[in-house]
Amino acid sequence: MADKGIRIEGLKKRYGKGDTAVDALKGVDMQVASGEVVGLIGPSGSGKSTLLKCLGAVIEPTAGRMILGDEVIYDGGWKVKDLRALRRDKIGFIFQAPYLIPFLDVTDNVALLPMLAGVPNREARKQALELFKALDVENRAKAMPSQLSGGEQQRVAIARGLVNRPPVILADEPTAPLDSERALAVIRILNEMARQFETAIIVVTHDEKIIPTFKRIYHIRDGVTYEEAGQGRDF
Amino acid sequence: MISLAGRDIMHAWGKFVFTGMGLGLLIGITLSMAGIYRGMVDDGKALLDNSGADLWVVQKDTLGPYAEPSSIFDDAWRGILGMPGVARAANVTYLTMQVRQGERDVRTLVTGVTPGGPGTPGWPPYLVAGRQITRGHYEAVADIATGFALGDRLQIRRNHYIVVGLTRRMVSSGGDPMVFIPLKDAQEAQFLKDNDAIRQQRRRTAANPAFNRPQVPDLLNAVIASQSTNAYVNAVLVQIEAGHDANEVAESIRRWKRLTVYTRSQMEEILIGKLIATSARQIFMFLVILSIVSAAIVAFIIYTLTLGKIREIAVLKLIGTKNRTIVSLIMQQSIALGLIGFVVGKITATLVMAPIFPKYVLLEPLDSLIGFGAVVVICILASIIAIRAALRVDPAEAIGG
Repeated sequence: MADKGIRIEGLKKRYGKGDTAVDALKGVDMQVASGEVVGLIGPSGSGKSTLLKCLGAVIEPTAGRMILGDEVIYDGGWKVKDLRALRRDKIGFIFQAPYLIPFLDVTDNVALLPMLAGVPNREARKQALELFKALDVENRAKAMPSQLSGGEQQRVAIARGLVNRPPVILADEPTAPLDSERALAVIRILNEMARQFETAIIVVTHDEKIIPTFKRIYHIRDGVTYEEAGQGRDF
Repeated sequence: MISLAGRDIMHAWGKFVFTGMGLGLLIGITLSMAGIYRGMVDDGKALLDNSGADLWVVQKDTLGPYAEPSSIFDDAWRGILGMPGVARAANVTYLTMQVRQGERDVRTLVTGVTPGGPGTPGWPPYLVAGRQITRGHYEAVADIATGFALGDRLQIRRNHYIVVGLTRRMVSSGGDPMVFIPLKDAQEAQFLKDNDAIRQQRRRTAANPAFNRPQVPDLLNAVIASQSTNAYVNAVLVQIEAGHDANEVAESIRRWKRLTVYTRSQMEEILIGKLIATSARQIFMFLVILSIVSAAIVAFIIYTLTLGKIREIAVLKLIGTKNRTIVSLIMQQSIALGLIGFVVGKITATLVMAPIFPKYVLLEPLDSLIGFGAVVVICILASIIAIRAALRVDPAEAIGG
């Protein structure tokens, strides 16, 4: 396994205290290498979203360890002071719905992230346009989000997740609103991007259409993960 | 870094501008209210300035002649004129009444001025048309705000007057335009009764044995004559000689004539501090209420706009946007709304509201500047609720689950 990517060990998350406490994660182990796309599958209430929020540094785990690339980001407590900067620079997010900012054009939706990191506007837009070429939406660069189709919006959302070249991308049901053809296209793109940008991608999904495409799958049930070899079918 | 607030405004500029215009009308009313107060103060000052007086000699222990009734003998001016430091002294009467002209009547301050010439205390200092009063009776000079024209025939009580001159900005402290008539006519008008009342009074006097004495046959006629004439004026306006101190001259008149005397500053204090004080407080309360309403409207609009962006704010926070960027987004929008509102309000107050108000509306640049500052402060304060709501948005909302 490559050094980069993400590794979590014995990750636990407890909500509440005392008799009403709920253990959403009971010791999750997971490892995703750079350039790899893995599926995270589980029924509702299994702890998928909690795991995603812990991985995304949005909520604090109760115990365990998380290593992002070479950096330990959590070990019984956050080891990174600025979680906001961690999310901005080291973690990419792709949501179920694209959630593009409706008042920014497509380019600025993507370029906003490097701009937030201090990259000059022109350079940030250049980075966005490069990604649009790779994702085949360069002809829509000046459009507003409302002028794009669902598939185009999702590709722009993928570009936003990738633009800061994060070592890990968390994709929360990215194909849910798409038909089979477009869903498989998104997975193909994610695999290409993972390879091209050496990014570890974790795809949380219920989507039966795309599950066979993963080479590795983590099942999560009652806060515990089980690793399984996937079918790794062509998309 | 791009301006998120600017992009958001440009994205929905129509909604934003229309909202700003609605707010602008409210700000326009607020500026007009301030203008009405300034207009009242300016009317009061204009009344004092245009009277041409340095001192006002009035009935003892009254705040006359504007704030309280005042009545002094119409020959008091002679004694005052002889006092050291007095350059000119002239009687004046003031009577607020409806002046009829044809089918219409206009509320005016009828001012009786002594014969003389321009520069005599009480006379209108300048005319915009026609001439000053030259005859002892039945001529009038009117402020153009009355709507009267040269040659118009006015009715005051039972007498008719011809408008021979027009003047401008000659108003009472209440904003009523002034009509100048000869002093004797004004004195008569103050107490002139109808014919029935005069006959009734003569009958009553004749029935009184104290006045109707057979052994003093002229007594009854003398009493009746005294009842039908008015030997009082409301005040004596005094101009002091150059080089004399107004306070010293006033003190001298108080001491020797046993009358109350006000200097210019004292009269201004009476007009602004007492006569229009209640109106000023009322307007101030309106201003406070309008400011609170404006703040509430801005707060509500910005809060609603922010609630409509909760998901975007959650995404922005998740992807690492700093709180200050989000605060800046909301605050800039709030201030932009206030700026649009202020510009619309200023234009509305100046070009639409002020000209149609019946009373003088004085829009001072300083008030506009203070209003602008108040709008910015109100907008900043009003955005706090929305900012709090935005800062409470959990970035996890973007992930769902």
